[in-house]
Amino acid sequence: MWDYSEKVKDHFFNPKNAGAVSEANAIGEVGSISCGDALRLTLKVDEQSEVIEDAGFQTFGCGSAIASSSVLTEIIKGKTLEEALNVSNQDIAAELDGLPPEKMHCSVMGREALQAAVANYRGEEWKDDHEEGALICKCFAVDEPMIEEMVWANKLRTVEDVTNFTKAGGGCAACHEDIENILEKVLKERGESFDPTAVAETPAAAAPETPKAPLTNLQRIKKIEQVLEALRPQLMADGGDVELVEVDGNTVYVNMTGACSGCQMAAMTIAGIQQRLMEEMGEFLKVVPASEMEKLHTIGA
Amino acid sequence: MSDIYLDNNATTRVDPLVVKEMLPYFTEQFGNPSSIHKFADGVARGIKKARKQVQELIGAEHDSEIIFTSCGTESDSTAILSALKAQPNRKEIITTSVEHPAILSLCEYLEKDGYTIHRMPVDKAGRLNIEAYQSMLSDKVAIVSVMWANNETGTIFPVEQMAEMAHEAGIMFHTDAVQAVGKIPMMLKDTKIDMLSISGHKLHAPKGIGVLYLRRGARYRPLLRGGHQERGRRAGTENTASIVGLGKACELAMEHIEFENTQVKAMRDRLERGIIEQVPHSFATGDLNKRLPNTTDIAFEYIEGEAILMLLNKAGIAASSGSACTSGSLEPSHVMRAMDIPYTAAHGTIRFSLSRYNTMQEIDEVIKVVPGIVENLRKLSPYWDGDKPVADPEQAFQPTYA
Ligand SMILES: Cc1ncc(COP(=O)(O)O)c(C=O)c1O
Repeated sequence: MWDYSEKVKDHFFNPKNAGAVSEANAIGEVGSISCGDALRLTLKVDEQSEVIEDAGFQTFGCGSAIASSSVLTEIIKGKTLEEALNVSNQDIAAELDGLPPEKMHCSVMGREALQAAVANYRGEEWKDDHEEGALICKCFAVDEPMIEEMVWANKLRTVEDVTNFTKAGGGCAACHEDIENILEKVLKERGESFDPTAVAETPAAAAPETPKAPLTNLQRIKKIEQVLEALRPQLMADGGDVELVEVDGNTVYVNMTGACSGCQMAAMTIAGIQQRLMEEMGEFLKVVPASEMEKLHTIGA
Repeated sequence: MSDIYLDNNATTRVDPLVVKEMLPYFTEQFGNPSSIHKFADGVARGIKKARKQVQELIGAEHDSEIIFTSCGTESDSTAILSALKAQPNRKEIITTSVEHPAILSLCEYLEKDGYTIHRMPVDKAGRLNIEAYQSMLSDKVAIVSVMWANNETGTIFPVEQMAEMAHEAGIMFHTDAVQAVGKIPMMLKDTKIDMLSISGHKLHAPKGIGVLYLRRGARYRPLLRGGHQERGRRAGTENTASIVGLGKACELAMEHIEFENTQVKAMRDRLERGIIEQVPHSFATGDLNKRLPNTTDIAFEYIEGEAILMLLNKAGIAASSGSACTSGSLEPSHVMRAMDIPYTAAHGTIRFSLSRYNTMQEIDEVIKVVPGIVENLRKLSPYWDGDKPVADPEQAFQPTYA
């Protein structure tokens, strides 16, 4: 079964604010019965202050859908509509101490129900703007429609391109066959054919968001160092530490020390560091223990 | 009361007598069966005995028709790929829409390579249309692969009749009998079945051991080539301990097959009736007249399966569900979809699968617990109001985007 946090279990076994609020003046109904999740959120909003005085949920769905609904009602009660709209799906997941990647859509559904309820209160119509599909990359929770859209929009041709643009496939690599299948399908629709030996576009030139001037090498390394620096207190709390050793293209070599090095947790920690680095740097990066670098060099020599 | 295990179609507990039989093959008789020394002395004999025990259970004519593999999935893959390889001019496969992924995923993959896959639909009770099947048989078809019993609903297909029909048309017939072997009697030598898959862990043997039955004379191409093990039909040093374990498990299954079809069936029937009588808007799925004796799959409308399982688990009861959430996919089980079970029910299906280790007390305990769980979850459901579904549920609650 899923590896749910204690918080998820607690909200599932003892849901808060279950049922419809009487005299609700804001109702949001979202979800998809074919996907097995659907949520009706009812709110009682004070018309003067726009404060959410009461919130209730009715959910058809799995454990994490019910937990996400429950925690959402707890988060938004007492907030104004504006404040409530700032609640992201990550906030919902974080309040539950995280959700498995396959279940992140439950938190998305919570946020959408909220948007729909606010729209309903304001007499607007709410339209969902994303399509959900089969989860392809379990490391970074990227689904099929997302990859397809990026392949279309950016004329991607290789698995590496897809990883650069969406992160999908940047972790354990088990989904590379699925990504190739998507490439094959979209390229065919575009009248091209997929070439598994094609070389990826250079990520710098192709990256979708290059808001600022490109960093110099030195600036880039310094920024990577800052990100790692920011992660250290957390690692040290677990009895470990991390140190930047070398940056070579897309590969960041680090030294893991203390409780983290060598243990099973190291691989997970490295994946976490990698994800954080990619988020902060806005580019695809691979984090590798420095010990691997030595190995590679000896092979090369 | 200690925990109640009703998930035997997922996997079973290894019978203690099976474990006992296996142990010497780890530490004493650990030699390679091909070696000529005393550590390997009894090994070849142990394997030979196991082959006989399997043969006996499925009623095969010769013990050399038993090929040991690593699992049910390997047996399925070997069967289909062998038929394609041995008959390169035949590019079509007939199967059903409710097979296990061990068949369906392979077929999807073969489809990309240019093979044509005919997936027979089923009706609302999970049954095949035999006339339609007859009309599909042609000399383009390399193999028909139809499961003996369905893992979710327990529905039994008329594979003996279908094998006859395939044989008449000159087509090879394979059946995935992973769920059927050991639960219902079979006599393969009286059938026209060419290949049949078994998985040890569904009949109280360990995981990671399987069998492909291959009728003598059926054209065959191995999946794994290498050493001469299994007469060159499945290379790789034998998993001796597990083979011996599977043999013992087959012997025990043979001894208990009557118990399975009387006592286990009685427990299943009581469970099913007990739940459906108490819980409104619940129903059993599949072909209730032709079913494995140990399986019932019950749909609880307007609630979701994973949530039910979590509450059952808290009450010490293990079962499984056809809901999307339990598998991490977005669609409910393909078997429920194939039977056209509405989404509001398909997501709330729970499969209870029993074994000879269950007791009537356990069944009564489950009957006591389930109604409360369903009631509690329905209180949270937007499709439910008080003690009944909202009027016209699909209309009353229409979430944005579907
Ligand atoms: C009908 C059916 N076929 C094949 C399999 C796969 O067997 P195994 O797990 O031994 O590969 C299973 C079990 O999950 C099954 O129920």
